[in-house]
Amino acid sequence: MFMVGPIGFAVPWLLTALAALPILWILLRAVPPAPIRRRFPGVALLLGLKDAEAETDKTPWWLLLLRMLAVAAAIIGFAGPILDPEVRTEGSGPLLVVVDGSWADARDWPRRVERAEALVAEAGAEGRPVALVRLTDAPQVVVFQTAEAWAGRAAGLQPQAWAPAMADWLVALPEGRFETVWLSDGLDHPGRADLMSALQGRGTVRVIESPRPLFGLHPAGFQDGKVTLAASRLPADDPASVEVIARGPDPHGIDLELARATLDFAAGAARAETTLDLPPELRNRLTRFGIEAARTAGAVSLTDDSLKRRKIALIAATPDQEGLQLLSPLHYLRQALEPTAEIIEGSLTDVLLASPDVVVLADVARLTDAEAEATLDWVERGGLLLRFAGPRLAASDVSRFQEDPLMPVRLREGGRSVGGAMSWGDAKALAPFPEGSPFFGLPLPGDVAVRAQVLAQPDPNLSDRTIAALEDGTPLVTRKAVGDGQVVLVHVTANAEWSSLPLSGLFVQMLERLAVSTRAAVPGTAELAGQTWVPQVVLDAYGQATDAGELPGVEGQVLAAAMEAGPTLDLPPGLYAGADRRVALNVVGAETELRPALWPPSVPVEGLEGRAAQALKGAFLTAAAAFLLLDVLAALWVAGRLSGLRRVVAVVALGLVTLQPQGARAQDAPMPDDALALEATTAVVLAHVLTGDRRVDDVARAGLTGLGDKLWQRTSIEPALPIGVDIERDELAFFPFLYWPVTADQPTPSPEAYAKLNQFLRTGGMILFDTRDADVAGFGSATPEGQALQRIAAGLDIPPLEPMPPDHVLTRTFYLLQEFPGRHPRGGLWVEAAPLAEEEAPVGMPFRNLNDGVTPVVIGGNDWAAAWAVDDIGAPLLPIGRGMAGERQREIAYRFGINLIMHVLTGNYKSDQVHVPALLERLGQ
Amino acid sequence: MSMAPDLRARAEALGQTLPPLLAEAEMLAATVMLGEHGRRRAGLGDEFWQYRPAHAGDSARMIDWRRSARSDAHFVREREWQAAQSVTLWVDPSKSMAFSGDKSRAPKADRAKLLALALAVLLLRGGERVGLAGLAHPRAGRAQLLRLAARLAGEDASGEYGAPETEGMVSHGRAVFLSDFLGDLSTVETALARAADRGVKGALIQILDPAEEEFPFDGRTIFESMGGTMRHETQQAGELRARYLARLAERKDRLAGLARAVGWHFTTHHTGQPAHSALLWAYAALKGGR
Repeated sequence: MFMVGPIGFAVPWLLTALAALPILWILLRAVPPAPIRRRFPGVALLLGLKDAEAETDKTPWWLLLLRMLAVAAAIIGFAGPILDPEVRTEGSGPLLVVVDGSWADARDWPRRVERAEALVAEAGAEGRPVALVRLTDAPQVVVFQTAEAWAGRAAGLQPQAWAPAMADWLVALPEGRFETVWLSDGLDHPGRADLMSALQGRGTVRVIESPRPLFGLHPAGFQDGKVTLAASRLPADDPASVEVIARGPDPHGIDLELARATLDFAAGAARAETTLDLPPELRNRLTRFGIEAARTAGAVSLTDDSLKRRKIALIAATPDQEGLQLLSPLHYLRQALEPTAEIIEGSLTDVLLASPDVVVLADVARLTDAEAEATLDWVERGGLLLRFAGPRLAASDVSRFQEDPLMPVRLREGGRSVGGAMSWGDAKALAPFPEGSPFFGLPLPGDVAVRAQVLAQPDPNLSDRTIAALEDGTPLVTRKAVGDGQVVLVHVTANAEWSSLPLSGLFVQMLERLAVSTRAAVPGTAELAGQTWVPQVVLDAYGQATDAGELPGVEGQVLAAAMEAGPTLDLPPGLYAGADRRVALNVVGAETELRPALWPPSVPVEGLEGRAAQALKGAFLTAAAAFLLLDVLAALWVAGRLSGLRRVVAVVALGLVTLQPQGARAQDAPMPDDALALEATTAVVLAHVLTGDRRVDDVARAGLTGLGDKLWQRTSIEPALPIGVDIERDELAFFPFLYWPVTADQPTPSPEAYAKLNQFLRTGGMILFDTRDADVAGFGSATPEGQALQRIAAGLDIPPLEPMPPDHVLTRTFYLLQEFPGRHPRGGLWVEAAPLAEEEAPVGMPFRNLNDGVTPVVIGGNDWAAAWAVDDIGAPLLPIGRGMAGERQREIAYRFGINLIMHVLTGNYKSDQVHVPALLERLGQ
Repeated sequence: MSMAPDLRARAEALGQTLPPLLAEAEMLAATVMLGEHGRRRAGLGDEFWQYRPAHAGDSARMIDWRRSARSDAHFVREREWQAAQSVTLWVDPSKSMAFSGDKSRAPKADRAKLLALALAVLLLRGGERVGLAGLAHPRAGRAQLLRLAARLAGEDASGEYGAPETEGMVSHGRAVFLSDFLGDLSTVETALARAADRGVKGALIQILDPAEEEFPFDGRTIFESMGGTMRHETQQAGELRARYLARLAERKDRLAGLARAVGWHFTTHHTGQPAHSALLWAYAALKGGR
């Protein structure tokens, strides 16, 4: 194919026509545009006038250029230009397709596989032998086979959750020369450069990389009571933010999103950090962090025990004495545990209620029966009871003749002391921890000496229960399992009275080993060594956690090495469980850096998708057509025949100009309220004030709908659908009744709105203020809604109010009512106060007469709308009260609503009822 | 010709809005023919003016015997002094008048004939005598209107540009020239001089198409006269606009100057404007005589 730069041509010989362009130029240049003939009587006046420019009789150069361009574009277009045509480099010899297959590949694995398959198929088509290698596999001899042999296998390949061991593959490379295509994950793995040079030594190498960003989430740390999160990314370019989701089981064991944090990468920053403040209960449940929408193992960080903060209850027999802190049995424990655990203190029954992880009893001998029972129950459910000996325990007969369920061993009376002035021998040092002990592997400081201890009765199972002993073999720490939990007894005191153990670092380490306190964020070799760690959960390359199944356990040293270097084939990332703790091995460690792979400049690097060949024929022909169109316009312009067109354009422009302001005016002008007025006046319409709180407005609307339904069913009032009213904007005069749910954050109406509201009240409208707070404040200022109501009502022209008297007309306008419940059952109502007797006006008008006796406002807090609210099919929207009583309450609420609307619409019509007894009497019955 | 009734009808409609036009008669003594110009004084005419006692010198023929018999004195019956004006219209018959710059506009000739006939309608209604220069002698009466219409419609275009016709112009009468005056101005000059010699006053109405006034042309153009005898080629018609307009303005100035010199009136009328304005102007020009 004939290529010019990145453009190839399907019919290159057509390009020779380009040579004709100069001829065309000359031809076109010689022919001026044809003149127009015009009959024009004014020609008499023109005679003798000379043209200013004589040379314009030739075609202007730019018009020529335009035409040349059009012709050139057409010629090139018909020559079939193709951008980035697939240039088949006819390779020869075997082809090695190298796939990293690491966790970083997981982000676009299907496309990688597709590409690898395409490469294999291509080689197959050319009859070249192929080999496909996944570098995360264990190195094996590479055998070149036919493409058919690989076709199925390529599709079945999956990425692995660890980094490729490139150095190992150096020896496995086949002999002879071959071409290599390397589908890299874009990360710089150790040994990559060496492998690259080795491959280059065998033949040409092409590299295919994905431009997709890669994120790695570092293990979560714990600092100052907060969880610290950090993530790295590649490449570090534009600012980005990723969401990190913390997951863990809820109390029912269902895996849930527990928290969420945002990591913001600054421009050019490769690392972003944030902190997450979680309550301990939630924090202890965390199992993993993951970057949202990043499906790689690197974007997932499993949490181990290092995040867990144990709750430890410290209980001593005697309360701490002032001034004797160093003698306090709990002082050293507190010192050791405080930085890493939560300590609770109190009486045993109290602290058990807080379900601590560990209860430490320092020299507590005797427990009451109830305490003992509760403690045993707690231990059987998985608690760790750690007991320290002391003078009290030694003096008591606990577990003397019979093993106490809360003691691991029976004790001999009195204990012993060694190395004192009255005893033989020196203070005893510790013996090395036996294998199988949780303390195995801890270094023994030389200066730890035990001067006194309680002694265990030599029972048959004593040796099993001993996990630490002195030089002479006497047990120092004994342990027994009880149910799911365990009881541990340290045969010395928790203070330095009997031994120097609490003064040493070993004390802290032992506490850690006993899972009493929490470890450092990343367990060191020392802590891991000596135990076998069994994988419980493993991560695949996509970050999905699966059960480890039958995977074999690993040695602590190996695991410690992997913690440094990252997981390997033998050590997949996951959770590894030791004797009493779990360690997470994550793909991205705390210090892991995402370094981009840098390739030698001689190696061509391609994007993942092969650049698709783009046929440019259409574009060129379109350009040619566009040029020709321009040429038509330009020729018209040159010939002076564009005036008509110009006029059309002017007319169109004028039309646009004249149309636009009209449209704008139509939008700017306040919407004529005709629609609202029509809607509000064609029928009785109940209205509610829009508060701006969406939920409250919805309930108010639903409530008035429900009330409207009931009015329709039971009375001759047939209201239309309710309308939400914006008191700032809408006209209020159309509405007889406004329901105003008061929200705490409602803005105070503007003076104009107040004017409208006052006018509304004066002309017979009624507003039902509903603070929806169950009247708990008694219209004081205690609730926010009450305060808001005071604030709003300050500007309203409201007459003096009184609590609704029992004979108020509102109690009998339709139903006879004595209470006015809404969602809340009872709260009073405030209505306009009846005029005092002396104010009572002219004779013959015995009743209140203002606004026909309709109180302008009714104030209450029973949340009526909630009781009235119905959904779309007319069923109650919100639950009211309980059972039938609740339904009754809803019914009464409806009745109140009906009474209210009746009162609004009929005025004092029913107030005569108040006087019925007197009237009847007057009639002489 | 089918055009004649149409032209006449339109002319009548146009003239409908104006009262009958009486062209001012100045040199009455010279105009012996009677017309309907009541002079508000005793003189020759058809209308009764007054009876006056007979003076010495009044011939016996002048005494109105019927009036005199009713009293002892002799009375002479005086008539109102009336005089008819002769108005000669000249409508440019040249080909250049056939030009119309836009399909929606009628040619200039059409407008010229319409104006001429409308004037004739008004004048005839006023009792004046109207004639067409070189085509019809001035006469009064409705029949003359028919004749004028037929003559105007039947006229064939001839010549590239028209030269005003002075033949048939009545001394001390009135004349109206309707043309585009785009041709040789010397002919106009000559005609005006001759008219001045005969004491004829009148008006020049230059009728132009808006295209001639605006010159809305651009680009490479060959301009040809209506007859095709004159041509001018240009590459940039737009470039010529300013100079063309200057020349046109100069020509109008010249025409106005010529008219002023002999006491005539001059106006320019565009076919884009309603004919009414031009008719009003002509009415005023002929009536006022200033």
